[in-house]
Amino acid sequence: MATNPGTLRRKAVYSLKIKRAVQLLFYRRHWEPGVKGWELRRRIGSDYPRVINLLNDYLDRLGLMVKTVFEEEANPPENPTLDQLDKARFYVALKETQSAGEQKLVGWRIDDLAGLAVSIGYVISQGGKASRKDVEDILREKLPGWRIDLNLNRYLRAGYLVEDENGQLFIGWRTRAEVDQRKFVDLLLGASESKPQEE
Amino acid sequence: MTAAKRQGILGREELVKIIETCQSIENKGLNPFLINVDDLVSVIRQYFPNWSDPEELCLDAEALNKIATVIKMQSEWIKQRATSLYRDPFLVEEKLRSLPIERIAEIFMEAWHPLVELEQITMGSLEAALRYWSELAPLDERWQRENLLMAEISPTSREELIRQGILLSETFTEELEKLWNELKTVAKNQKIKYWDFIGSKTYQETVRRAYLTSFLITYGYAALEINPLEEEIFLQPFEKPVLKENTPSFSFPISISFEEWNRWRQTRER
Repeated sequence: MATNPGTLRRKAVYSLKIKRAVQLLFYRRHWEPGVKGWELRRRIGSDYPRVINLLNDYLDRLGLMVKTVFEEEANPPENPTLDQLDKARFYVALKETQSAGEQKLVGWRIDDLAGLAVSIGYVISQGGKASRKDVEDILREKLPGWRIDLNLNRYLRAGYLVEDENGQLFIGWRTRAEVDQRKFVDLLLGASESKPQEE
Repeated sequence: MTAAKRQGILGREELVKIIETCQSIENKGLNPFLINVDDLVSVIRQYFPNWSDPEELCLDAEALNKIATVIKMQSEWIKQRATSLYRDPFLVEEKLRSLPIERIAEIFMEAWHPLVELEQITMGSLEAALRYWSELAPLDERWQRENLLMAEISPTSREELIRQGILLSETFTEELEKLWNELKTVAKNQKIKYWDFIGSKTYQETVRRAYLTSFLITYGYAALEINPLEEEIFLQPFEKPVLKENTPSFSFPISISFEEWNRWRQTRER
């Protein structure tokens, strides 16, 4: 059966747009990775949400996904408007979660990662804001003193946490982009000391 | 000391106390409901008739402002607890303290989706980097330039700009009109990017054009359009100067630093 030339042309256009979106999403262009919706609109066109959906379908097969972080982080819209999408930031992230054995793949030592988890968990538990001193105290219980500052500064530099001039820590853009905070807190509350045996 | 004076001192102390309490709640992220807002407001109300001095009234306003901040925190506190993300902080803290670090890392990884990023050198980026390197002035020259940039910042005058050769000695209005006509010709009844208009081959000339353009905007020969989302600034010339008597004026600082100019020049060359 012959394919309609219009359909072919449309496919070629979208294929080109997807390639452009991949370049924008994968390569860092500013100090922060990812790309804002309005940048996608400018480079790809006003149908960029459709292009992102098509790319997402493709990435899904590779175990990746396009993650959208809205400005209204506490209440992300279910059916975002174009304006909300324009202001949102788009990233590419791993769709599947990691198993503990794979953590070296992303360049983290297990105690650094646990320190990050504790810091993020503590800030979330305090309503999204906690004093640096309190976070240091909880980290000091299980990490050697000389590493506390080192680790916290690493989390701050990477964007997982943000510190204000009063020494208060907040959740940073990277945590919002990478961590399913609700799932994390639920898993934490339901956790037992040893990992449950997989069936 | 009269009773009124004593009352005044006492009242000021109370206001300072209120400000400090609210401030500490705000800074330490404490539970905002630790404060009884009604009590604080009644204290402010009690002392308000004593104030006549602007300083005392400012203190009163500041105390009210701080109370408003605490009320806002209370509203956020309730909102946060109403979301499904809220869990008892003591339970979470207890878990964080009791679980072994390996287990915490395992749990975290189940909710963690690290970002994917690539770094790659392309022929295009290599070319651009080499071009940059060949145009880069030697370090000793750049340091000299930095020394110049470190000069103390102070307001400049037209005479000083003429002395430095940034402005010509022809009348200021003539220069403005010349630039206005140029803007109208270049923009062709449309808006034009600010940097594309003021930017020139030399940094000195760019500063001169930026300086004159600021007068074009102030005197109503052109309008400045700012797009904060895309961080772009446009200039729109008017056919005739527009009087701005009834419109409120505001200042909008634009940095014309050497680095900004260099960045613009490189983008133009690309």
